Amino acid sequence: MGSITLKQVTKNFDEVNVIKPLDLEIKDGEFIVFVGPSGCGKSTLLRMIAGLEDTTSGNIEIDGIDATKTPPAKRGLAMVFQSYALYPHMTVRNNIAFPLKRAKVSPAEIESKIANAAKILNLTDYLDRKPGQLSGGQRQRVAIGRAIVRQPSAFLFDEPLSNLDASLRVNMRLEISELHKSLATTMTYVTHDQVEAMTMADRIAVFNAGIIEQVGTPLELYKNPVNKFVAGFIGSPKMNFIDAPQNEDANVSCIGIRPEHITLSTEQGTWAGTVGVIEHLGSESFLHINIEGKGTVTVKADGDCPLKYGDSIYLSAPADKVLKFDNNGLTIR
Amino acid sequence: MATTNSRTLARFMLLPSVILLLAWMIVPLCMTLYFSFIDYNLLVPGDKEFVGFLNYEFFLTDPAFFESFFNTLYLVTGVLLITICGGIGLAILLDQAIWGRNYVRIMVLAPFFVMPTVSALVWKNMLMNPVNGLFAHFAIWLGFEPIDFFAQMPLFSIIIIVSWQWLPFAALILLTAIQSLDREQLEAADLDGAGPFSKFFYIVLPHLSRAITAVILIETIFLLSIFAEILVTTSGGPGYSSTNITYLIYTQSLLQFDVGGGSAGGIVAVIIANIVAIFLMRLIGKNLEG
Ligand SMILES: Nc1ncnc2c1ncn2[C@@H]1O[C@H](COP(=O)(O)OP(=O)(O)OP(=O)(O)O)[C@@H](O)[C@H]1O
Ligand SMILES: [Mg+2]
Repeated sequence: MGSITLKQVTKNFDEVNVIKPLDLEIKDGEFIVFVGPSGCGKSTLLRMIAGLEDTTSGNIEIDGIDATKTPPAKRGLAMVFQSYALYPHMTVRNNIAFPLKRAKVSPAEIESKIANAAKILNLTDYLDRKPGQLSGGQRQRVAIGRAIVRQPSAFLFDEPLSNLDASLRVNMRLEISELHKSLATTMTYVTHDQVEAMTMADRIAVFNAGIIEQVGTPLELYKNPVNKFVAGFIGSPKMNFIDAPQNEDANVSCIGIRPEHITLSTEQGTWAGTVGVIEHLGSESFLHINIEGKGTVTVKADGDCPLKYGDSIYLSAPADKVLKFDNNGLTIR
Repeated sequence: MATTNSRTLARFMLLPSVILLLAWMIVPLCMTLYFSFIDYNLLVPGDKEFVGFLNYEFFLTDPAFFESFFNTLYLVTGVLLITICGGIGLAILLDQAIWGRNYVRIMVLAPFFVMPTVSALVWKNMLMNPVNGLFAHFAIWLGFEPIDFFAQMPLFSIIIIVSWQWLPFAALILLTAIQSLDREQLEAADLDGAGPFSKFFYIVLPHLSRAITAVILIETIFLLSIFAEILVTTSGGPGYSSTNITYLIYTQSLLQFDVGGGSAGGIVAVIIANIVAIFLMRLIGKNLEG
């Protein structure tokens, strides 16, 4: 049990409108990721779901029951904050026990729940330390532990990994995905890192300036973005946007090609360009190629690409991989 | 300031001020020590002979000493209790987003800027006076007998006056501490099902422990030597009921012109202050670490 339904939800801070009327259905057991640029209202929406922020208008339903005015503790949700928000003067054990003690759970049960959570999260050796004596990743796990012992109907994560270094982020990403598989609880996860979104999500909601541009599975968003914003936001490196060629019909203002769909040739192709900076990553290379009059495009090539700075080159792309956008930025199918 | 050279230089630069401070402290202390061992009364001119611990014996066996010793303790703990509890309450109130918060904060701080003698006189003549005081008028209006504060509860009255002066200090320090509390912790506690009381006792109060410790230590230093408020209100009376150690030393050495006895009292006061300081540091000093 953990479905969340948002119906025409809006949010104003004083006079400023931050969330425009918004509908979203989060299914039970789903891992949904809110992704979008900074300041687009992802955290605000998450905090509204948690009950930490009032809803200006519209309804939030949890498990089919209207919870718009329900206080945070009664919503049965658990949140993991970006800053972890651990209680600094309590040991890890007491941090995890805090919600259970407030709920008047019996000491024996608390003990067994802590032991269980500590085992899942590899915290058994650290239970008697204070948060200040833990590493970032361990603190993150304590925050998750504090969330899971309550057995919430849904988890809310607000950029939980943004304070960790790159390699730890990859590990924690896996651990959270693993946790989702084993608990099978609804998880709502906010991030502005589209790699996190792509790798973890069952479905992704792409936010932009207070509205949801598109909701769908990672591959749907990758293959069929509804507009230029989603196309540019999903995928790494970013999609290349090129002004429409003359022979296209007047509707098309711009075309988009992903770096991995461009083929290079020394003899012929649709566009001619010169090779700029090449980034070698070992398994692959990213070439920044300057096309006369069209700007720079990024191309993904093999790791052992023989080209050098300044080489002349031709580019082409298969027609079925090229996206076309109209004057309003919407995708033309 | 890492090389040996710069450290040596730094020590030399510090030397004059250290010597000055040391002299400032050591010379009076040594003179007091010296006076405390001789028979030196301004009313009895003549040779000042060495009397050993006689001055101390007189001071410590004087029944007034015990009374004023406990008065000092009551005064310090009473004021600490009121200012800390009241300060926490005020700090929480001032932390709320109320209209005109900045002006209220400045006004709350005002008592701290009033000189001790002035504020004690205001309390004595305008508030606590049994005939003209505001409290007396209020009591009569309610149909009660007005209380003669300085006759019936002298020490308590002084505790109230001193608390009024120190409350702003405590409130301000605690307010800045409250403002540094991470809001997300409170939100996490909200989600964890903590009510206002749980939040206060498990999150706000532990967060304030360091600030509270600082307030206790700083206030204790000043409260041990309260003097002006007693002088202008009760003059230590009735009897010795509102005399603290500081005031007792004053009566001994200046009112009875017994420099030797007063000096012995001074040394005793220094020792008491040190005992209190060590005791406090043992008790709550660990709050200041880390
Ligand atoms: N308490 C507040 N009062 C006024 N405006 C606010 C408040 N909180 C957020 N905002 C505004 O609402 C907008 C959305 O903020 P929000 O924190 O939801 O962004 P976000 O999508 O989470 O961004 P980020 O990825 O940087 O965390 C921002 O423009 C922000 O300035
Ligand atoms: Mg955010």
